[in-house]
Amino acid sequence: MADLHNNALYARRRARNTAARGLALAATGFGLGWLVLILGVLIYEGIGGLSLSVFLENTPPPGSAGGLLNAIVGSVMMTVLAIFIGTPIGILAGTYLAEYGRHDKLSSIVRFINDVLLSAPSIVIGLFVYEILVAPMGHFSGYAGAVALAVIVIPVVVRTTEDMLRLVPDTLREAAASIGLPRAHMIVQVAYRAARAGIVTGVLLAIARISGETAPLLFTALNNQFFSANMNAPMPSLPVAIFQFALSPYEEWQKLAWTGALLITVTVLGLSILARSLTARKS
Amino acid sequence: MNVASTPVPLTGNATPVVAGAGFAEKVSIRNLEFFYGDSRALKSITLPLYANKTTAFIGPSGCGKSTLLRVLNRMYGLYPGQRAAGQVLFDGENLLDSSVDINLLRARIGMVFQKPTPFPMSIYENVAFGIRLYEKLPRAEVDARVESALRRAALWDEVKDKLNSSGLGLSGGQQQRLCIARTVAVKPEVILFDEPCSALDPISTAKIEELIDELQEDYTIVIVTHNMQQAARVSDFTAFMYLGDLIEFDVTEKIFTNPGDKRTQAYITGRFG
Repeated sequence: MADLHNNALYARRRARNTAARGLALAATGFGLGWLVLILGVLIYEGIGGLSLSVFLENTPPPGSAGGLLNAIVGSVMMTVLAIFIGTPIGILAGTYLAEYGRHDKLSSIVRFINDVLLSAPSIVIGLFVYEILVAPMGHFSGYAGAVALAVIVIPVVVRTTEDMLRLVPDTLREAAASIGLPRAHMIVQVAYRAARAGIVTGVLLAIARISGETAPLLFTALNNQFFSANMNAPMPSLPVAIFQFALSPYEEWQKLAWTGALLITVTVLGLSILARSLTARKS
Repeated sequence: MNVASTPVPLTGNATPVVAGAGFAEKVSIRNLEFFYGDSRALKSITLPLYANKTTAFIGPSGCGKSTLLRVLNRMYGLYPGQRAAGQVLFDGENLLDSSVDINLLRARIGMVFQKPTPFPMSIYENVAFGIRLYEKLPRAEVDARVESALRRAALWDEVKDKLNSSGLGLSGGQQQRLCIARTVAVKPEVILFDEPCSALDPISTAKIEELIDELQEDYTIVIVTHNMQQAARVSDFTAFMYLGDLIEFDVTEKIFTNPGDKRTQAYITGRFG
């Protein structure tokens, strides 16, 4: 008759399970702890400087008060242009990989290069764009900054587009074909529709990714202490302003750097939550 | 279903007398071979599909019945490395010819799949989509066609008040009927059913079978099924396949009561498969 209270083998298994669960919880706690700490410090240091003037005044000269208006506008302009350049290229390339070139040798090469690009250090991308745009033009510019950011956007969008299209079941493609729908129509009217939430999520994540990038902008858009909407001239951005202000000895600048960091983090967090809710709604 | 029963030895060298001779052949499969890469999945299949009759393909898994079905609308063309040889005459024209436009072909030979595959759009759009593909019609006519297709698929009463809600929100059986409506709306001449009920409950299955029975007035129907009772219930003719060969083709009643081949008998009595 089986003992309902003791079994040596089972007891050992339970002990191991408890230990493994404890380790997993500790690791999760450790990771989340840093995240909470970062958010906490950012809010603690940055929230004090958050006022309307941050959005209405330009970056100040050392020793006086001001805001981040020019940096915010510069960041938004370059990000928008980068998304406009990168999204179509990324979606088209991802579509090729998932729909047309699924069995091609070429697409496995493209996929590999895309993965390399995905993890390329962003400073290398900055240097590259410096070499092909800034040097020939003879000056730093918002355009060069946007191109550098677009190079970061492309592999992210390629990857998510391909992944999301691959999640569309082949039976749906066959069903579309079975009523005589040509392939191009199938992709646009059926596959894109089925993968829409995922593709939009990819673009949102790309925005989140580039809105904090500093290195590629240092070599391309540089910075500007004044308000400038001219994309053919050096352009300020939030990450570069944070970089400059945080390293400065001036207290007003340091405070603005914390506020800027809080703004970027909240934006990225917001985009990520939006992206998550889009994918969650789909499934 | 009263179809004159004739013995059908498809093996042997003598010119076979094919069951149902005398009916109009909508599709004539002649010496069809099919290859997945190097492996031969169909071995010289010759088979008639009669107009306005329902033909069932039965046989154990891997016998080639789905492969054969997917040759009829050249669905295999979506995948590289798959190839058919021989002839499939559709109203006398070989549909395997490279000059045949596969999209126009598929508009005339529709297909309903194993799993319901509604498009990610509204119920109305699911049906209207295929209509607009090859015909430019005023809105009112499209509306009428959508309604008649949904009625044909016995779905109209259940969805008429929610035509604009997503097709994905319907139950499995309703989704499958939506797919039938979508197929019917394009006005095909032949409808291929690839195990259309295997993902459905018995009540939905009964509805679909009833539908197939009604559809055969206007369409030539081919159905692949694992369910022998289903083949017996819905079809006029049955083709039994085994390991890529067509073993026996005959009037359904004959196949199920007095099969000519030992393997057919073994399969229908459940001794293998």
